[in-house]
Amino acid sequence: MLHRFANPGQFLRLSGKVLPWLYWPGILLIAASLIWGLFFAPDDWQQGDTVRIMYVHVPFAWLASAGYLSLAACSFISLVWRHPLADLAAGEIGPVGAGFTAVCLATGSLWGKPTWGAWWVWDARLTSVFVLLLLYLGHIALVRAFDDPIRGYRAGAILALVGVINLPIIKFSVGWWNTLHQPASIGLTGAPTIAATMLWPLLFSAIGFTLLFAAIAVTRTRAAVMERRIRSLLMVRASSATEQKALS
Amino acid sequence: MTHLPYIVAAYIVALGTPIAMATEALFRVRAARRRLDALGPRRSRGSV
Repeated sequence: MLHRFANPGQFLRLSGKVLPWLYWPGILLIAASLIWGLFFAPDDWQQGDTVRIMYVHVPFAWLASAGYLSLAACSFISLVWRHPLADLAAGEIGPVGAGFTAVCLATGSLWGKPTWGAWWVWDARLTSVFVLLLLYLGHIALVRAFDDPIRGYRAGAILALVGVINLPIIKFSVGWWNTLHQPASIGLTGAPTIAATMLWPLLFSAIGFTLLFAAIAVTRTRAAVMERRIRSLLMVRASSATEQKALS
Repeated sequence: MTHLPYIVAAYIVALGTPIAMATEALFRVRAARRRLDALGPRRSRGSV
């Protein structure tokens, strides 16, 4: 089943239909949630209006980790089933994840300065997210480091799978160490410790940015599939031209 | 809003980066599609 849906031609057809359903709801949800968060959500009793940075920072923090998990999943599929589409998807998720992680760090820094009085501290949470950015950058570099792209994808996949160890460190860093970063307000188990008036715009924003992340990753993978098709077409043309030359 | 510059900067970074990435990706697809179309009809493209 995986091979049927992961066929590059099938992927191009299917993703062409899915993409508008990722882009437009994503853009609408982001616009609605950010207007809600900026103008209608209440101030925090301690942090005042700086809490509004949460509506952009937290979704990017979640997506930095979730993006890495999807990169690792593609890497696993690539190593086990040797599927070329998984290689291309992993190669294209990497830069998107790196961009989202960089935004998470930048918005966190912009939140930290008025709240903690510092742009950056070598706190366990901040450091582990910085390591995540380095893992993304390492993956991008490794995939492009070999003349043979297959070897690049294999090396990148191994790095991505080893780097998964950093995800629980990010998640539990605020519990395992004394950190300046606040603990999670929303978890999979237990009720959120955040007021509903702040929770809803945050969830809408998270869903919107998740759709946008997926849309960008799928668009980039489409481009990569087409570029690969162009390269193979050019190679076929070049080899047939050489054959004709040899015959004549 | 006492911390307006920080909030505005955070929103610009958070919106600007994905918009730039999405635009770049869409342009990449468009360029690849044009090259594919220039290379010949669909039926002769073969598999990836």
